[in-house]
Amino acid sequence: MQTENLIAIEEFCANHNIEISFISTLEQTGLIEIITIEETWFIDVSQLQYLEKFVRFYYELGINIEGIETITHLLQRINGLQDEITALKNRLRLYEPNEYGEL
Amino acid sequence: MTFIDYYKVLGIEKTATPADIKNAYRKLARKYHPDLNPNDKDAKANFQQINEANAVLSDPEKRKKYDQYGKDWQHADEFEKAKQTQGQTSGQRSTGYSETQFEGNFSDFFESMFGGATSTGRSGQVKYRGEDYNAELHLNLIDAYNSHKQTLTVNGENIRITIPAGIENGQTIKIAGHGGQGINGGPNGDLYITFLIANDPKFKRLDNNLYTKVDLDLYTAVLGGEITIDTLNGKVKLNVKPETQNGSKIKLKNKGFPVYKNEGQFGDLYITYVIKIPTNLTDKQRTLFIELSKL
Repeated sequence: MQTENLIAIEEFCANHNIEISFISTLEQTGLIEIITIEETWFIDVSQLQYLEKFVRFYYELGINIEGIETITHLLQRINGLQDEITALKNRLRLYEPNEYGEL
Repeated sequence: MTFIDYYKVLGIEKTATPADIKNAYRKLARKYHPDLNPNDKDAKANFQQINEANAVLSDPEKRKKYDQYGKDWQHADEFEKAKQTQGQTSGQRSTGYSETQFEGNFSDFFESMFGGATSTGRSGQVKYRGEDYNAELHLNLIDAYNSHKQTLTVNGENIRITIPAGIENGQTIKIAGHGGQGINGGPNGDLYITFLIANDPKFKRLDNNLYTKVDLDLYTAVLGGEITIDTLNGKVKLNVKPETQNGSKIKLKNKGFPVYKNEGQFGDLYITYVIKIPTNLTDKQRTLFIELSKL
Protein backbone atom coordinates (compact mmCIF):
# COMPACT_ATOMS: atom_id res chain seq x y z
CA MET A 1 0.00 0.00 0.00
CA GLN A 2 1.20 3.52 -0.81
CA THR A 3 2.09 5.46 2.31
CA GLU A 4 3.00 8.80 0.75
CA ASN A 5 -0.42 10.27 1.55
CA LEU A 6 -0.46 8.93 5.07
CA ILE A 7 0.56 10.68 8.26
CA ALA A 8 1.74 8.67 11.23
CA ILE A 9 -0.54 9.30 14.20
CA GLU A 10 2.43 9.17 16.56
CA GLU A 11 4.15 11.95 14.61
CA PHE A 12 0.97 14.02 14.46
CA CYS A 13 0.48 13.70 18.21
CA ALA A 14 4.11 14.60 18.91
CA ASN A 15 3.87 17.68 16.72
CA HIS A 16 0.65 18.83 18.32
CA ASN A 17 1.51 17.79 21.86
CA ILE A 18 -1.63 15.72 22.20
CA GLU A 19 -2.32 12.25 23.47
CA ILE A 20 -2.81 9.30 21.15
CA SER A 21 -5.86 8.32 23.21
CA PHE A 22 -7.61 11.43 21.90
CA ILE A 23 -7.17 10.23 18.30
CA SER A 24 -8.29 6.78 19.34
CA THR A 25 -11.49 8.21 20.83
CA LEU A 26 -12.17 10.17 17.63
CA GLU A 27 -11.81 6.96 15.68
CA GLN A 28 -14.13 5.05 18.00
CA THR A 29 -16.85 7.65 17.47
CA GLY A 30 -16.39 7.47 13.71
CA LEU A 31 -15.17 11.04 13.36
CA ILE A 32 -11.92 9.98 11.70
CA GLU A 33 -10.63 6.83 10.09
CA ILE A 34 -7.36 5.27 11.15
CA ILE A 35 -5.35 3.10 8.81
CA THR A 36 -3.16 0.44 10.40
CA ILE A 37 -0.08 -0.75 8.52
CA GLU A 38 2.27 -3.14 10.28
CA GLU A 39 0.90 -2.14 13.65
CA THR A 40 1.49 1.57 13.00
CA TRP A 41 -1.46 3.95 12.94
CA PHE A 42 -1.87 6.45 10.13
CA ILE A 43 -4.43 8.90 8.89
CA ASP A 44 -4.92 9.87 5.28
CA VAL A 45 -3.70 13.38 4.47
CA SER A 46 -7.21 14.27 3.26
CA GLN A 47 -8.40 13.93 6.88
CA LEU A 48 -5.73 16.22 8.28
CA GLN A 49 -7.84 19.38 8.15
CA TYR A 50 -10.70 17.64 10.00
CA LEU A 51 -8.36 16.19 12.59
CA GLU A 52 -6.77 19.60 13.21
CA LYS A 53 -10.22 21.08 13.56
CA PHE A 54 -11.14 18.45 16.18
CA VAL A 55 -7.91 19.22 18.04
CA ARG A 56 -8.86 22.90 18.14
CA PHE A 57 -12.38 22.08 19.34
CA TYR A 58 -11.12 19.84 22.11
CA TYR A 59 -8.00 21.59 23.35
CA GLU A 60 -8.71 25.24 22.61
CA LEU A 61 -12.46 25.48 23.03
CA GLY A 62 -12.85 22.83 25.69
CA ILE A 63 -15.51 20.94 23.71
CA ASN A 64 -15.84 17.28 24.65
CA ILE A 65 -16.08 14.41 22.19
CA GLU A 66 -19.89 14.32 22.32
CA GLY A 67 -19.92 18.05 21.55
CA ILE A 68 -17.54 17.54 18.64
CA GLU A 69 -19.81 14.83 17.24
CA THR A 70 -22.84 17.11 17.50
CA ILE A 71 -21.03 20.07 15.97
CA THR A 72 -19.70 17.96 13.10
CA HIS A 73 -23.19 16.74 12.35
CA LEU A 74 -24.61 20.27 12.45
CA LEU A 75 -21.79 21.67 10.29
CA GLN A 76 -22.54 19.00 7.69
CA ARG A 77 -26.16 20.12 7.76
CA ILE A 78 -25.12 23.77 7.41
CA ASN A 79 -22.96 22.91 4.41
CA GLY A 80 -25.85 21.01 2.83
CA LEU A 81 -28.20 23.92 3.45
CA GLN A 82 -25.69 26.41 2.05
CA ASP A 83 -25.46 24.32 -1.14
CA GLU A 84 -29.24 24.26 -1.30
CA ILE A 85 -29.42 28.05 -0.87
CA THR A 86 -26.91 28.51 -3.71
CA ALA A 87 -28.98 26.23 -5.96
CA LEU A 88 -32.18 28.09 -5.07
CA LYS A 89 -30.55 31.49 -5.64
CA ASN A 90 -29.44 30.31 -9.08
CA ARG A 91 -32.98 29.17 -9.81
CA LEU A 92 -34.32 32.58 -8.73
CA ARG A 93 -32.01 34.26 -11.23
CA LEU A 94 -34.21 32.76 -13.94
CA TYR A 95 -36.94 35.15 -12.86
CA GLU A 96 -34.76 38.24 -12.50
CA PRO A 97 -35.26 40.81 -15.24
CA ASN A 98 -32.36 41.42 -17.61
CA GLU A 99 -30.80 44.83 -18.26
CA TYR A 100 -33.77 45.76 -20.46
CA GLY A 101 -36.21 44.94 -17.67
CA GLU A 102 -37.39 41.79 -19.45
CA LEU A 103 -37.95 38.52 -17.63
CA MET B 1 -5.30 53.30 15.44
CA THR B 2 -7.74 53.26 18.33
CA PHE B 3 -7.46 51.93 21.83
CA ILE B 4 -9.14 48.55 22.29
CA ASP B 5 -10.66 47.72 25.64
CA TYR B 6 -9.78 44.03 25.87
CA TYR B 7 -11.77 43.62 29.08
CA LYS B 8 -14.84 44.88 27.30
CA VAL B 9 -14.16 42.59 24.36
CA LEU B 10 -14.22 39.57 26.67
CA GLY B 11 -17.03 41.05 28.77
CA ILE B 12 -15.10 40.86 32.04
CA GLU B 13 -14.10 43.20 34.86
CA LYS B 14 -10.56 44.53 35.30
CA THR B 15 -10.35 42.44 38.45
CA ALA B 16 -11.01 39.21 36.52
CA THR B 17 -8.94 36.20 37.56
CA PRO B 18 -7.06 34.05 35.01
CA ALA B 19 -9.87 31.49 35.34
CA ASP B 20 -12.48 34.18 34.57
CA ILE B 21 -10.49 35.21 31.48
CA LYS B 22 -10.20 31.62 30.29
CA ASN B 23 -13.91 31.01 30.81
CA ALA B 24 -14.92 34.23 29.06
CA TYR B 25 -12.58 33.50 26.14
CA ARG B 26 -13.80 29.94 25.70
CA LYS B 27 -17.42 31.00 25.87
CA LEU B 28 -16.97 33.64 23.17
CA ALA B 29 -14.60 31.51 21.09
CA ARG B 30 -17.21 28.74 20.98
CA LYS B 31 -19.62 31.30 19.59
CA TYR B 32 -17.37 32.94 17.02
CA HIS B 33 -14.67 30.38 16.14
CA PRO B 34 -14.31 30.22 12.33
CA ASP B 35 -14.49 26.42 12.47
CA LEU B 36 -17.99 26.80 13.84
CA ASN B 37 -18.99 29.64 11.52
CA PRO B 38 -17.87 28.64 8.04
CA ASN B 39 -17.82 31.50 5.50
CA ASP B 40 -18.90 34.06 8.09
CA LYS B 41 -16.64 37.11 7.82
CA ASP B 42 -18.25 38.86 10.81
CA ALA B 43 -17.66 35.87 13.05
CA LYS B 44 -14.06 35.68 11.89
CA ALA B 45 -13.49 39.37 12.69
CA ASN B 46 -15.09 38.93 16.11
CA PHE B 47 -12.99 35.86 16.78
CA GLN B 48 -9.79 37.70 15.91
CA GLN B 49 -10.64 40.41 18.40
CA ILE B 50 -11.50 37.88 21.13
CA ASN B 51 -8.29 36.00 20.40
CA GLU B 52 -6.28 39.18 20.61
CA ALA B 53 -7.90 40.12 23.92
CA ASN B 54 -7.15 36.65 25.26
CA ALA B 55 -3.56 36.77 24.02
CA VAL B 56 -3.00 39.92 26.06
CA LEU B 57 -5.04 39.26 29.17
CA SER B 58 -4.04 35.62 29.64
CA ASP B 59 -0.35 36.52 29.56
CA PRO B 60 0.58 38.07 32.95
CA GLU B 61 3.38 40.22 31.46
CA LYS B 62 1.23 41.58 28.66
CA ARG B 63 -1.72 42.14 30.93
CA LYS B 64 0.50 44.08 33.30
CA LYS B 65 1.79 46.27 30.49
CA TYR B 66 -1.71 46.73 29.12
CA ASP B 67 -3.13 47.60 32.54
CA GLN B 68 -0.24 49.93 33.27
CA TYR B 69 -0.32 51.98 30.10
CA GLY B 70 -3.87 51.42 28.92
CA LYS B 71 -4.93 54.33 26.75
CA ASP B 72 -1.40 55.72 26.83
CA TRP B 73 -0.12 52.69 24.93
CA GLN B 74 1.47 54.96 22.34
CA HIS B 75 3.97 56.08 24.98
CA ALA B 76 4.56 52.59 26.37
CA ASP B 77 7.86 52.08 24.61
CA GLU B 78 9.16 55.45 25.78
CA PHE B 79 8.27 54.53 29.34
CA GLU B 80 9.91 51.13 28.91
CA LYS B 81 13.09 52.69 27.58
CA ALA B 82 13.15 55.14 30.44
CA LYS B 83 12.81 52.25 32.86
CA GLN B 84 15.61 50.31 31.20
CA THR B 85 17.99 53.24 31.49
CA GLN B 86 17.18 53.29 35.18
CA GLY B 87 18.48 49.73 35.36
CA GLN B 88 15.11 48.01 35.66
CA THR B 89 14.29 44.88 33.73
CA SER B 90 11.59 45.00 31.15
CA GLY B 91 9.24 42.17 30.25
CA GLN B 92 10.59 39.80 27.64
CA ARG B 93 8.73 40.03 24.39
CA SER B 94 7.71 36.71 22.98
CA THR B 95 7.28 36.26 19.28
CA GLY B 96 6.06 33.49 17.03
CA TYR B 97 2.58 32.25 16.37
CA SER B 98 -0.15 31.08 18.56
CA GLU B 99 -1.53 27.61 18.04
CA THR B 100 -4.67 28.96 16.48
CA GLN B 101 -4.39 29.11 12.74
CA PHE B 102 -6.66 32.13 12.53
CA GLU B 103 -4.57 34.23 14.82
CA GLY B 104 -2.37 35.84 12.21
CA ASN B 105 -4.25 39.11 11.97
CA PHE B 106 -3.77 41.26 15.03
CA SER B 107 -5.00 44.82 15.27
CA ASP B 108 -2.67 47.75 14.69
CA PHE B 109 -3.16 48.54 18.35
CA PHE B 110 -1.86 45.12 19.37
CA GLU B 111 1.05 45.18 16.90
CA SER B 112 2.04 48.60 18.15
CA MET B 113 1.95 47.62 21.80
CA PHE B 114 3.25 44.06 21.70
CA GLY B 115 4.98 43.84 18.34
CA GLY B 116 3.27 40.85 16.76
CA ALA B 117 1.49 37.62 17.38
CA THR B 118 2.26 35.68 20.53
CA SER B 119 2.63 32.16 21.67
CA THR B 120 -0.14 31.23 24.03
CA GLY B 121 -0.80 27.63 23.20
CA ARG B 122 0.34 24.23 24.32
CA SER B 123 3.75 24.74 22.78
CA GLY B 124 5.51 27.33 20.66
CA GLN B 125 7.00 24.59 18.48
CA VAL B 126 3.72 23.00 17.48
CA LYS B 127 3.31 22.62 13.71
CA TYR B 128 0.13 24.03 12.27
CA ARG B 129 -1.50 24.30 8.91
CA GLY B 130 -1.45 27.78 7.48
CA GLU B 131 -4.60 29.86 7.27
CA ASP B 132 -7.12 29.07 4.55
CA TYR B 133 -7.70 31.94 2.17
CA ASN B 134 -11.02 32.77 0.55
CA ALA B 135 -11.34 34.64 -2.71
CA GLU B 136 -14.12 35.51 -5.14
CA LEU B 137 -13.78 35.38 -8.89
CA HIS B 138 -16.30 37.14 -11.11
CA LEU B 139 -17.00 35.56 -14.50
CA ASN B 140 -19.36 36.12 -17.40
CA LEU B 141 -21.55 33.27 -18.51
CA ILE B 142 -19.44 32.78 -21.61
CA ASP B 143 -16.28 32.53 -19.45
CA ALA B 144 -17.87 29.68 -17.53
CA TYR B 145 -18.87 27.98 -20.80
CA ASN B 146 -15.31 27.15 -21.81
CA SER B 147 -12.51 25.59 -19.76
CA HIS B 148 -9.80 28.19 -19.56
CA LYS B 149 -6.74 29.19 -17.60
CA GLN B 150 -6.68 32.34 -15.53
CA THR B 151 -3.99 33.97 -13.42
CA LEU B 152 -5.05 35.23 -10.02
CA THR B 153 -3.08 37.33 -7.60
CA VAL B 154 -3.64 36.21 -4.04
CA ASN B 155 -1.65 37.96 -1.31
CA GLY B 156 0.93 39.09 -3.86
CA GLU B 157 1.40 35.62 -5.33
CA ASN B 158 0.36 34.84 -8.91
CA ILE B 159 -1.51 31.58 -9.22
CA ARG B 160 -2.47 30.14 -12.58
CA ILE B 161 -5.58 28.01 -12.34
CA THR B 162 -7.74 26.12 -14.80
CA ILE B 163 -11.40 26.99 -14.54
CA PRO B 164 -13.35 23.95 -15.70
CA ALA B 165 -16.24 24.54 -18.09
CA GLY B 166 -19.63 24.32 -16.46
CA ILE B 167 -18.68 25.83 -13.13
CA GLU B 168 -21.78 26.91 -11.23
CA ASN B 169 -22.56 30.35 -9.85
CA GLY B 170 -21.69 30.29 -6.14
CA GLN B 171 -19.57 27.13 -6.47
CA THR B 172 -16.36 27.03 -4.47
CA ILE B 173 -13.26 25.13 -5.50
CA LYS B 174 -10.22 24.38 -3.37
CA ILE B 175 -6.68 25.04 -4.56
CA ALA B 176 -4.65 22.95 -2.16
CA GLY B 177 -1.56 24.49 -0.59
CA HIS B 178 -2.10 28.05 -1.84
CA GLY B 179 -3.38 29.45 1.46
CA GLY B 180 -1.29 30.91 4.27
CA GLN B 181 2.12 29.50 5.04
CA GLY B 182 2.29 26.68 7.55
CA ILE B 183 3.52 27.48 11.05
CA ASN B 184 6.70 25.88 12.38
CA GLY B 185 7.00 23.74 9.25
CA GLY B 186 3.33 22.76 9.12
CA PRO B 187 1.59 22.44 5.73
CA ASN B 188 0.27 25.49 3.91
CA GLY B 189 -3.42 26.30 4.09
CA ASP B 190 -5.69 26.06 1.08
CA LEU B 191 -7.15 28.68 -1.20
CA TYR B 192 -10.92 28.57 -1.66
CA ILE B 193 -12.25 30.36 -4.73
CA THR B 194 -15.94 31.10 -5.04
CA PHE B 195 -17.15 31.81 -8.56
CA LEU B 196 -19.71 34.53 -9.09
CA ILE B 197 -21.20 34.38 -12.56
CA ALA B 198 -22.95 37.50 -13.79
CA ASN B 199 -26.41 37.26 -15.31
CA ASP B 200 -26.28 37.18 -19.10
CA PRO B 201 -28.69 39.48 -20.94
CA LYS B 202 -29.56 36.82 -23.48
CA PHE B 203 -29.26 33.43 -21.82
CA LYS B 204 -30.47 32.26 -18.45
CA ARG B 205 -28.97 29.20 -16.90
CA LEU B 206 -30.46 26.61 -14.62
CA ASP B 207 -28.11 23.74 -13.79
CA ASN B 208 -26.86 22.66 -17.23
CA ASN B 209 -29.78 23.97 -19.22
CA LEU B 210 -29.97 27.34 -20.92
CA TYR B 211 -33.09 29.38 -21.59
CA THR B 212 -33.47 32.11 -24.16
CA LYS B 213 -36.17 34.03 -26.02
CA VAL B 214 -36.20 34.38 -29.78
CA ASP B 215 -38.23 36.99 -31.65
CA LEU B 216 -40.28 35.63 -34.53
CA ASP B 217 -41.97 37.81 -37.13
CA LEU B 218 -45.67 37.23 -37.65
CA TYR B 219 -45.34 35.88 -41.17
CA THR B 220 -42.75 33.22 -40.23
CA ALA B 221 -44.88 32.28 -37.23
CA VAL B 222 -47.96 31.85 -39.40
CA LEU B 223 -46.42 30.36 -42.52
CA GLY B 224 -43.32 28.67 -41.05
CA GLY B 225 -39.80 29.11 -42.33
CA GLU B 226 -36.14 29.01 -41.48
CA ILE B 227 -34.45 31.26 -38.93
CA THR B 228 -30.91 31.53 -37.54
CA ILE B 229 -30.43 31.87 -33.81
CA ASP B 230 -27.43 32.49 -31.54
CA THR B 231 -26.27 29.84 -29.10
CA LEU B 232 -23.28 30.08 -26.79
CA ASN B 233 -21.17 28.16 -29.28
CA GLY B 234 -22.25 29.75 -32.52
CA LYS B 235 -25.24 30.18 -34.77
CA VAL B 236 -27.80 27.45 -35.44
CA LYS B 237 -30.40 27.21 -38.20
CA LEU B 238 -33.91 26.30 -37.12
CA ASN B 239 -37.03 25.30 -39.01
CA VAL B 240 -40.09 27.05 -37.63
CA LYS B 241 -43.33 25.11 -37.96
CA PRO B 242 -46.28 26.88 -39.59
CA GLU B 243 -48.83 28.30 -37.13
CA THR B 244 -46.33 28.60 -34.31
CA GLN B 245 -47.98 30.16 -31.25
CA ASN B 246 -46.57 33.03 -29.20
CA GLY B 247 -44.77 31.68 -26.12
CA SER B 248 -44.32 28.19 -27.54
CA LYS B 249 -41.12 26.45 -26.55
CA ILE B 250 -38.70 24.18 -28.32
CA LYS B 251 -35.73 22.26 -26.97
CA LEU B 252 -32.36 22.01 -28.68
CA LYS B 253 -30.72 18.94 -27.25
CA ASN B 254 -27.08 19.26 -26.15
CA LYS B 255 -26.96 22.97 -26.98
CA GLY B 256 -27.05 24.03 -23.35
CA PHE B 257 -24.26 24.45 -20.81
CA PRO B 258 -21.34 22.02 -20.47
CA VAL B 259 -21.69 19.55 -17.62
CA TYR B 260 -19.04 20.31 -14.97
CA LYS B 261 -16.10 17.91 -15.22
CA ASN B 262 -17.90 15.73 -17.79
CA GLU B 263 -16.20 16.65 -21.02
CA GLY B 264 -18.39 16.44 -24.10
CA GLN B 265 -21.64 16.42 -22.14
CA PHE B 266 -24.02 19.34 -22.43
CA GLY B 267 -27.42 20.34 -21.13
CA ASP B 268 -30.20 21.52 -23.42
CA LEU B 269 -31.15 24.91 -24.80
CA TYR B 270 -34.80 25.90 -24.38
CA ILE B 271 -36.11 28.52 -26.76
CA THR B 272 -39.30 30.48 -26.20
CA TYR B 273 -40.71 32.18 -29.29
CA VAL B 274 -41.89 35.75 -28.93
CA ILE B 275 -44.01 36.69 -31.91
CA LYS B 276 -43.66 40.30 -32.97
CA ILE B 277 -46.79 41.89 -34.40
CA PRO B 278 -45.90 44.17 -37.33
CA THR B 279 -46.17 47.90 -36.70
CA ASN B 280 -46.40 50.91 -39.04
CA LEU B 281 -48.50 48.94 -41.53
CA THR B 282 -48.71 50.21 -45.08
CA ASP B 283 -52.14 50.81 -46.57
CA LYS B 284 -51.80 47.66 -48.61
CA GLN B 285 -50.89 45.56 -45.58
CA ARG B 286 -53.80 46.99 -43.62
CA THR B 287 -56.17 46.23 -46.51
CA LEU B 288 -54.91 42.69 -46.76
CA PHE B 289 -55.28 42.14 -43.01
CA ILE B 290 -58.88 43.42 -43.22
CA GLU B 291 -59.51 41.01 -46.08
CA LEU B 292 -58.01 38.19 -44.07
CA SER B 293 -60.15 39.01 -41.08
CA LYS B 294 -63.30 38.76 -43.22
CA LEU B 295 -62.48 35.33 -44.63
